[in-house]
Amino acid sequence: MNDMSPRPRSIKDWESDQEVRWCPGCGDYAILKAVQRTMVDLGSDPATTVFVSGIGCSSRFPYYMASYGFHTIHGRAPAIATGIKLANPELDIWLVTGDGDGMSIGGNHTMHLLRRNLNCQIMLFNNEIYGLTKGQYSPTSRVGTPSPSTPLGSVDQPALPCAFALGSGARFIARGFDVSKELPAVLEAAHAHQGAAFVEIFQNCIVYNKDRFEDFAVAKGAEARQLWLRQGKPMLFDKGTRGIALDMAKLALKVVEVYDGDWQAAGVLVHDVANRSVAHMLVEMPFGAFPMALGVIYDDPRPTYETQTLTQDEAARAGKSPDLARLLAGRRTWTPPRTKERPADL
Amino acid sequence: MSESGIERNTIAPNSSPILSVPEAVVVRFAGDSGDGMQLTGSQFTLSTALTGNDLATFPDFPAEIRAPQGTLFGVSAFQINFGSIEVTTAGDAPDVLVAMNPAALKTNVQALKPGGLIIADAGEFSRRNLDKAKYTTNPLEDGSLAKWTLLAFDISALTLEAVKSFSLGNKEALRCKNMWTLGLALWMFERDRQPLIDWLNGKFQKNPLLAHANIAALNAGHAYGETAEIGGQVRKLNLDPAPSAPGLYRTVNGAEAVSLGLVAGAQLAGLKMFFGGYPITPASAILHHLANLKEYGVTTFQAEDEIAAICSAIGASYAGQLGVTSSSGPGIALKGEAMGLAVMTELPLVIVNSQRGGPSTGLPTKTEQSDLYQAVYGRNGDAPLPVIAARSPTDAFACAIEACRIATRFMTPVILLTDGYIANAAEPWRIPDPADFEPFPVDFLTEANGEDDRVLPYKRDGQGVRPWITPGTAGLMHRIGGIEKAPDTGDLDYSPAVHQLQTDARKAKIDGVAHAIPAQDIDLGQEGGRLAVVGWGSTYGPIHQAVRRARAAGLDVSHIHVRHIWPLPANLGALLKGYEAVLVPEMNTGQFKTLLRDQYLVEAQSLTKISGQPFAIAEIEAAIASVFDGKRDDTGGTDVTADATQPSSIEAIHP
Ligand code: SF4
Repeated sequence: MNDMSPRPRSIKDWESDQEVRWCPGCGDYAILKAVQRTMVDLGSDPATTVFVSGIGCSSRFPYYMASYGFHTIHGRAPAIATGIKLANPELDIWLVTGDGDGMSIGGNHTMHLLRRNLNCQIMLFNNEIYGLTKGQYSPTSRVGTPSPSTPLGSVDQPALPCAFALGSGARFIARGFDVSKELPAVLEAAHAHQGAAFVEIFQNCIVYNKDRFEDFAVAKGAEARQLWLRQGKPMLFDKGTRGIALDMAKLALKVVEVYDGDWQAAGVLVHDVANRSVAHMLVEMPFGAFPMALGVIYDDPRPTYETQTLTQDEAARAGKSPDLARLLAGRRTWTPPRTKERPADL
Repeated sequence: MSESGIERNTIAPNSSPILSVPEAVVVRFAGDSGDGMQLTGSQFTLSTALTGNDLATFPDFPAEIRAPQGTLFGVSAFQINFGSIEVTTAGDAPDVLVAMNPAALKTNVQALKPGGLIIADAGEFSRRNLDKAKYTTNPLEDGSLAKWTLLAFDISALTLEAVKSFSLGNKEALRCKNMWTLGLALWMFERDRQPLIDWLNGKFQKNPLLAHANIAALNAGHAYGETAEIGGQVRKLNLDPAPSAPGLYRTVNGAEAVSLGLVAGAQLAGLKMFFGGYPITPASAILHHLANLKEYGVTTFQAEDEIAAICSAIGASYAGQLGVTSSSGPGIALKGEAMGLAVMTELPLVIVNSQRGGPSTGLPTKTEQSDLYQAVYGRNGDAPLPVIAARSPTDAFACAIEACRIATRFMTPVILLTDGYIANAAEPWRIPDPADFEPFPVDFLTEANGEDDRVLPYKRDGQGVRPWITPGTAGLMHRIGGIEKAPDTGDLDYSPAVHQLQTDARKAKIDGVAHAIPAQDIDLGQEGGRLAVVGWGSTYGPIHQAVRRARAAGLDVSHIHVRHIWPLPANLGALLKGYEAVLVPEMNTGQFKTLLRDQYLVEAQSLTKISGQPFAIAEIEAAIASVFDGKRDDTGGTDVTADATQPSSIEAIHP
């Protein structure tokens, strides 16, 4: 499809003519740039690229991309994307959702898209708040979050998007944050994965939940608070002075000190993106006692939903000719013994 | 009842035997939901069709899959009306009732015509079953059935005897009872057993023993009629074939007809079809049918919920296929927001609603027409869309094609209304020739439609329709969404003037559909006069027959049946104003009546029935008569309910 069209070479080529309407300073701007950068790096074709979103601040995203875009309704982007992909599997689909859109009103669709393994990229912008509806707490807000709807602080436990995704059967889980330089690389890995690729992107809502991720996202001292996971590499952080190891007695992860770079001696784990058990522990690793796990946490492809569906349909079609007249006739027919016209009505 | 042998208990009726030389006969098979009555009914239907009788059926089954055995609420019934004349309803009152247990007798016998024939399985009338049916004495013996002809014998024992040689378990052997009964019915109406034998051989291909046992039961039932003296009350009846247009026929129910119509519609549009559905009674059958039609370019998707079902269909339409979804009232309610998205983004979509009794879960397996408001008005904002209603199982085929045509021609979601009755009922269908339908191929936009190669996704044509642009088309990248948008460009714009303009444009587009549909015709009667009976949907059969009889009795009454509920045909207002009175029978509390009054300021009056059962012809006849008797206050808004005009059949069916 459209292989002859010249691919955009710069970020500018991926900018639509629409005026961006996020609050100045919103983390969404940085993500938009990172995604446009990713498109350039991937050499994507805007004609076969579709951004599909639900409702919320993040969901305005498609309007700002020079590709095809569908801004749908609250929480339903995964379902709409499923129809698009089944109708035209050649399209490269990027879902843009948020913690309210994807984890609350659309949680069911998110779960089923992941379980089915539709080949697409899901970017969940997690700002731990409802921005567009003016600041109510969200399903990812931390306990005690004061908001217009929880003036005394929220009491319910937040959902962990990556743990939810993994529990739903996702075969690709990654994390990044808005201003991270690594974000395009994470998104490229998501794109390379055949199947549903789930990427949680922490995003700063400067109006209603300012600097919520400051504790690990600020550049200064980041080494001590960010664990960037890389396939085949030891899980080291803090300039290699600490690492993540397995506490065999508790069957849980623990932070260990690494002396003189001898991470093997310290028992530091080597990241294996196909290890589902470790992935479960990494996505649940509580920040504070542990660094924030970032990068590609899990990547173990399995046949995609649309490939399996369309292959099955193809097989069902094989050797059959779509003869409408025969279909209409069905299996048992008769010709009336007497073929006079019905008497005219009164 | 005696446990051994065959008990015969025949009571002569007071009236003469009913089965003389009728033009049409109504038979109702009733039994436990585990007795296979629907199967018996549908096979009897097929054999009826093969003899050339016209027919209509009405399956009536409980909401429970396997209700406790022998209970009143677990009764499953199948009614068929067939004859040598045109048949358009499943019949008011049965001539013959086959009751497989006391509960089936109790819930159905009051509907039976006086003098009608009861065939009862005496073997099931044990004390325990009588208790379950809340009979204090055995009705087969206490004379309470005296006004009917009773034929009671131990079908259970006769079946066990017939299949003895196959050494089946008792339970499996008793399952052959329905075939025994069918055999007797086939004898009664002089039907050929061979098609049924063929069918059984096919059905039990993997288990020839069961095939043989069922065939043995069938033959035994037939032989019983042939050889036994059945009290001299019953003779064989061979109804002449009904006159019908020449051609090749089959039977079809509404769910099949909708599925076939959608396939045909997509082909006429030159599109592949995507069907997103979620299981719900009575709409699931469409999903099941289409799931087997992959070779016709159909993709089916069982979504995680009703919302995902419609949203996936919208996604597929966006990507250039014909998106279709289907459900029943409760599911349609869930789809409401997404319908608004399809209205706003102006994408083609077909939404089939097989209406059932409501509100909420209501009566899942019964029929009603109470989703008309929901279809016409049931969305947030000003979100008009075309609504079409099928009048019968066979009509659903043409209606589905019409829905596809309007959806693609006008880039709009279209609702197709059927109901539980249409979905399940079967009737003979003169198989249409696909070549008789005018194709309506779709044109996708492939080149920029604005100046300087600009893409204008919301540039409207002369009929207010925007172009269909699918992702994947080079150079036409654009963004759409549910937010209000500027004309032509589709850019985000919710300024006051733009919303006014776009709301007006969307309304004008749908209003314009009225000029792209046929003018309203008169089904029976003539333009102008004393009374028009105006119907829509599955009330067609009873209205048609009632008006036919009233006209035969000399009354100036006409029948108008409306397919296009929204927008209404352009001539309908003027047509209705030509009658002194307008009567609208419908299976709701008067929704179409209200719509007609609103649109035309006509004094339409209601005949309503909300019992989960179709109208009886007699109910509509009585309502017509009351207009002419002057009993009816047709100057005010007093509605005549079905129950008020005559002892309603519904009381008889469910005492
Ligand atoms: S409300 Fe928050 S998330 Fe929304 S645009 Fe403003 S800063 Fe961004």
